[in-house]
Amino acid sequence: MKIKMWGVRGSIPSPGPRTVRYGGNTTCIEVRGDDDSLIILDAGTGIFPLAQTLLARLPVMANIFITHTHWDHIQGLPFFVPLFIPGNQVCIHGAYDIVSMQGIEQVMNVQMQYSFFPIREAELRARIEYRTLTVGEPVAIGAAMVTPVLMNHPVTDLGYRIECNGKSMFFTGDHEPWGNIYAPDDPGHGEYQAMIDQRQAELDRAIGPVDVLICDSAYTSAEYPPKIGWGHGTFDHAIAMARRIGAGRLLCTHHEPTRGDDELESVFAEALARNPDPGCEVLLAYEGMEIEL
Amino acid sequence: MPQISLELERKLVTAVERMPAFPKSVQTILEMTRNINCLPKDLVGVIEKDPVMTMKILRVINSAYYGLPNKITSVGQSVVYLGINTIKNLALSFAAVGILPRFNTTGFDIQRYLLHSLTVAAVARLLCEKYARAEADPGDCYIAGLLHDFGKVVFAQFMSGEFMKALAFTVDRGMPLYAAETEAIGADHAYVGALLAKKWQFAEPLVNCIRDHHAAHAEPGAMLDCLRMADAICRKHEFGDSGNPWRDEEAAQLPGRFGGDIEVVSAALGDLEKIVADAQAFAQIGTAK
Repeated sequence: MKIKMWGVRGSIPSPGPRTVRYGGNTTCIEVRGDDDSLIILDAGTGIFPLAQTLLARLPVMANIFITHTHWDHIQGLPFFVPLFIPGNQVCIHGAYDIVSMQGIEQVMNVQMQYSFFPIREAELRARIEYRTLTVGEPVAIGAAMVTPVLMNHPVTDLGYRIECNGKSMFFTGDHEPWGNIYAPDDPGHGEYQAMIDQRQAELDRAIGPVDVLICDSAYTSAEYPPKIGWGHGTFDHAIAMARRIGAGRLLCTHHEPTRGDDELESVFAEALARNPDPGCEVLLAYEGMEIEL
Repeated sequence: MPQISLELERKLVTAVERMPAFPKSVQTILEMTRNINCLPKDLVGVIEKDPVMTMKILRVINSAYYGLPNKITSVGQSVVYLGINTIKNLALSFAAVGILPRFNTTGFDIQRYLLHSLTVAAVARLLCEKYARAEADPGDCYIAGLLHDFGKVVFAQFMSGEFMKALAFTVDRGMPLYAAETEAIGADHAYVGALLAKKWQFAEPLVNCIRDHHAAHAEPGAMLDCLRMADAICRKHEFGDSGNPWRDEEAAQLPGRFGGDIEVVSAALGDLEKIVADAQAFAQIGTAK
């Protein structure tokens, strides 16, 4: 299995001299199974440069797994050039949206409305299929198995565990560890905490030990308190998760958009200093980063 | 064996999905959510007092897409799984449907019904905490109390002619409302409430409690016992109105696990005034009677 990071920035693309080393594109990860089958995790703006590399070898057979439909994870989808070329096959997988009561088929329909995009979905020439996933039910993509896991974010959000011939990785998508909505002296605090603890244990079991964990690490611990409930975690949260599940390697991603490269390295070094024994190798994800398992 | 036609069952399922919620929760949700910093616990506190909103949230979260390992049985648990923002937006979408009118053509007063449901919920939780902590979850008992009579609002909203007849039988013939419903509709509110709850894949103990809350010979269980005793206490004290006045002969059929008759158990729970006052504040009723 091969992993390549095409977009590691959170929230909004952040190009410019300050982000040139880690990159300014929003979330997109290319995963290749051992049979070279193509799995793309999220369609942030990083999917556009990925798309350019795919055009050399047509037809493209791609499976795009959307973690959730916030802009920074879907904005590149209408610019995924293989969608425009006859003969290509693209399957878009994602969650059922409990509020709009629609499956993942709404993702392009909404983005490509007349006022927002010049081309209609009906005009795309590739064969496009939508698959709304059931949490916990694995999907076979060539030699790989992709299992969706329900995460915690202000919209239905799936993390994906990918296994191929004994190697495994997990991408959290955006994820914030659960917090208690009650104050310690509120009557509901204990009951709610028990539910959180149970949920956390369930999630850790569902992720399981993996060779690579790619985890939302948007904030530092100091930045976090005013951002509780925004749906993102910290470097320390990510390290704690990696330790709990027994990850072989941790890639911190979803970098805060206002953070320049130097600052990113500096806060990362501080997080490592706070966690001198993280239990695995911990790395900052950058655009172009490749990992072979 | 009560039964309703498949066609009627389909009609009710569809109708209930479009059912408006109670006025106070709709109004409070709309007000609270204008503030971006509204506290999640306050939002949960409102939603879990509305049987319609609670029922709708449990319905969507227990749907097959989430493939959750265990059934979700409370609003708090729903927040843990879906996040507060999703729950908030769900509540807003329920609020957008409108509000239940206080009186519909049957004359059934939904505010007094809500007061009954809320007090039964709170008393069932209290009973569980006091007598059955090891055997049942107090939060589950609360939800059972909140939703046990859900079938009645469904009848009042969507089968008003037949339900009006049943309410009249209760008064004219002095018969229990569930028996009158069976005569007028072909099935009682417990059967229809449980049928909907089962259809929406609610937890089996909750479905069974809704189904059996008038069945004196149903297999006893901690949750059902708490619900039946709470229902009896609230009806005897006339906390709200379920359309089914208390009859003294019911006392003999109540569960025995609480160590005394209804008067003894009721007294042992202490002053229920706060429970009633909280419920009144939410149900928007000036007096319990």
